[in-house]
Amino acid sequence: MDFSLTKEQIALKVEFEAFFREEMKNAPPDIGHVHESDAAFDFHRYMMKRLGEKGWIAISWPEEYGGSGRPLMDHYLFNTVRASFGAPGIDQFGAEMYGPTVLLAGSEEQKKRLLPPIARGEVVYCQGWSEPNSGSDLASLKTSAKRDGDHYVVNGQKIWNTGGNRADRIFMLARTNPEEPRGKGLSIFSADMRSEGIEVRPIEYMDGRGEVYNYNEVWFTNVRIPAEDRIGPENAGWKITRETMNFERSGIGGFIMVEQMLEKLVDYCKSARRNGKLLAEDPSVRLKLAEIYAELQAKRTIADRIAWLQDSAGSHKIPPHYASEGKVMGTELIQKVTYLATELLGRHGQVTKSEWTKIKGVAESFYMCVGANIYAGSNEIQRNITAWAGLGLPRFS
Amino acid sequence: MDLGFTEEEEMLRDAVAEVLDKGAPFDKVKEIEMTAEGYDPALWQQLAELEMLGIFFPEQYGGSDLPFIHVAIVMEELGKRAIHCPYMSTVVESGLLITEGGNDRQKEARLPRIAAGELFMSCAFYEEEGGYSKECIQMEAVKDGNDWVLNGSKLFVPDANIAEALIVAARTEEGITLFLTDTRASGVRLDKIPTVGMDNLCRVKFHNLKVSEVLGEVGRGWELVEKVAGKFAAAKCAEMVGGMKTALEMTVGYSKEREQYGRPIGGYQALQHYMANMLMAYDTSFNYLYKVIWKIDASRDYAVDAAALKAYVNQSYNYVAERSIQIHGGIGTTRECDIGLFYRRAKACEYAAGDTRHHLENVAAAMGL
Ligand SMILES: Cc1cc2nc3c(=O)[nH]c(=O)nc-3n(C[C@H](O)[C@H](O)[C@H](O)COP(=O)(O)OP(=O)(O)OC[C@H]3O[C@@H](n4cnc5c(N)ncnc54)[C@H](O)[C@@H]3O)c2cc1C
Repeated sequence: MDFSLTKEQIALKVEFEAFFREEMKNAPPDIGHVHESDAAFDFHRYMMKRLGEKGWIAISWPEEYGGSGRPLMDHYLFNTVRASFGAPGIDQFGAEMYGPTVLLAGSEEQKKRLLPPIARGEVVYCQGWSEPNSGSDLASLKTSAKRDGDHYVVNGQKIWNTGGNRADRIFMLARTNPEEPRGKGLSIFSADMRSEGIEVRPIEYMDGRGEVYNYNEVWFTNVRIPAEDRIGPENAGWKITRETMNFERSGIGGFIMVEQMLEKLVDYCKSARRNGKLLAEDPSVRLKLAEIYAELQAKRTIADRIAWLQDSAGSHKIPPHYASEGKVMGTELIQKVTYLATELLGRHGQVTKSEWTKIKGVAESFYMCVGANIYAGSNEIQRNITAWAGLGLPRFS
Repeated sequence: MDLGFTEEEEMLRDAVAEVLDKGAPFDKVKEIEMTAEGYDPALWQQLAELEMLGIFFPEQYGGSDLPFIHVAIVMEELGKRAIHCPYMSTVVESGLLITEGGNDRQKEARLPRIAAGELFMSCAFYEEEGGYSKECIQMEAVKDGNDWVLNGSKLFVPDANIAEALIVAARTEEGITLFLTDTRASGVRLDKIPTVGMDNLCRVKFHNLKVSEVLGEVGRGWELVEKVAGKFAAAKCAEMVGGMKTALEMTVGYSKEREQYGRPIGGYQALQHYMANMLMAYDTSFNYLYKVIWKIDASRDYAVDAAALKAYVNQSYNYVAERSIQIHGGIGTTRECDIGLFYRRAKACEYAAGDTRHHLENVAAAMGL
């Protein structure tokens, strides 16, 4: 066994680091999530372009589709470094979900047409899966797509659509067979967000200040989608989606967030006093911080394993419970370190993003961590998958 | 043993509930918390008319002289609606300090006005250090003839933005002293601190502020604070227990209605176990709360129990509120859905009247550790 990186990988990592160190100098001050302001989103677009030029958005895609044709491990390394700089520039939906879906199930024509713009960082996608009554039970979704000549006519409502108000395109699931109420009647489409009949209505996140998250309802009224933008055979959408769901779920981004918050918290404890004593000298504080460290080091190894499995298989397809484990552990550890931060900050732990902030990101994370336990398949659903697929436990229906 | 409420207590609860059901629906609560004043003057007047604002004050000062359990009931009802109103800062904290430590003139000047809903007050104790002990108070009051002069900042002062007067803790040669100050004096500057609770926490800056009125004895202010701190904590816990109750009810109700995979999500055992844990957290918090309140009213020693209670309820309310969001799913993360109010309030309440570490330290000391 060997957990170390090769010489080439180390060199690549150094190259990534040098790039982000330089480019992040252009970031708007105090940058948070990419939709927090126009300036933040502009910078995201700019970084997409820059990463596209470097060939790093689609590192592992074949060159004929705009990729760099490199191993999946390079992609993992790239994500690790990017997360450590808190850098934007990767469209989580286009580059990490829709692109790989097209790669897996698209026609040659679709791959040539749809993938290069994603690889060049020219297009921002959003994800239209969830509906008001179809969240965990996604396969029950009702948005309909009826064939009409060389188009489909789409009607229905999507919800929780992250970044839909700024995206150029949406990739989505819609029901092409109304006789089949579940997965067997679904197909994959994508559409221009400026299409006639698409309406985006913002949803306000819990904080009420728009600082933490940006999601929307997307309404479809007789939206005409060209049939050439259906990915995969009609009614095969669910089968394909179940495979693409697990793309990029190594969860490394989450673990890096934990690492960074832990570092900031340690720094804070080395200088802040409580009842006249340095927090860092308080044994109960020391042990709690050390506990997070141990959990982090143990849990992040799952991200390494996922990356290695994918890399050696030369494909994203790995047993799905690994992805579920990574999602659960990453999100719950962020929550744990965030709550510890709010505890150790004392009264300052309740301050939201402002000039009063003591540790950057804690307030945003306090709000966001509960969302993270729900999105991308709730942690209950991930545990169900882990139990069923990982352990073969009985499944009652 | 008799663990029930008296008829009088039930009537008081019903009366407060009626006013709050009408005056403080969640939409209103969310609207109010976004305003600069952060409270609803009309509701405050109604509470005054119900005689809730002087509930434990002596009758001669416009109060009803009722046992502390009545305060707990009011706080519990407020907590159920997740509403911020200056009841804690003005009636409970300032009211208790003045009744316990004030002289006749001070009581006469303030308690009837508080009871009538005319005066808001608050306590400005803590500073840059995030903790709650005496050591966290560094601001000095410098003697100047018969007066003192205050310079420095107090942080997280509740409702200072609407308070007319503050009780400020500062160090004098004799020790910590509590001063009564006027917030409208020229040497006072206020800024609201943005917090998850959106509950009127302020920084108050003093610049050469001359003060002459001392609450209690010079140098013995902290003893006075410690004397009533257990009641502060117990009152806050009542608000939190109320919040837990509503969060639990809303969540259980939602889980029975919301269907996924053709079944109510409340039927899934993963969620049932969360809700069973939430019920245990609530039941124990409620029972322990009223045990501590009983100790207060029966003049038993309650300080250690009040500390243990606050530490326990801090954990319990945060747990209940966090799982409530999880069980709601996506809708629970929105501003529109009211469950988020409880997630935010639970966190804010954790810091009010002592955080978990502070209270557990006191418990540990009381255990002889
Ligand atoms: C911040 C955020 C961003 C999002 N972004 C997007 C996006 O860009 N695009 C998109 O399509 N969707 C997005 N989502 C939607 C997300 O995928 C759904 O919220 C999620 O799948 C849960 O669905 P739901 O909200 O309808 O909750 P529900 O499915 O109603 O779940 C409610 C509760 O029931 C539990 N539950 C349900 N079924 C079971 C079961 N069988 N066993 C045990 N427990 C169960 C859930 O775990 C949860 O606790 C986002 C969500 C959030 C919170």
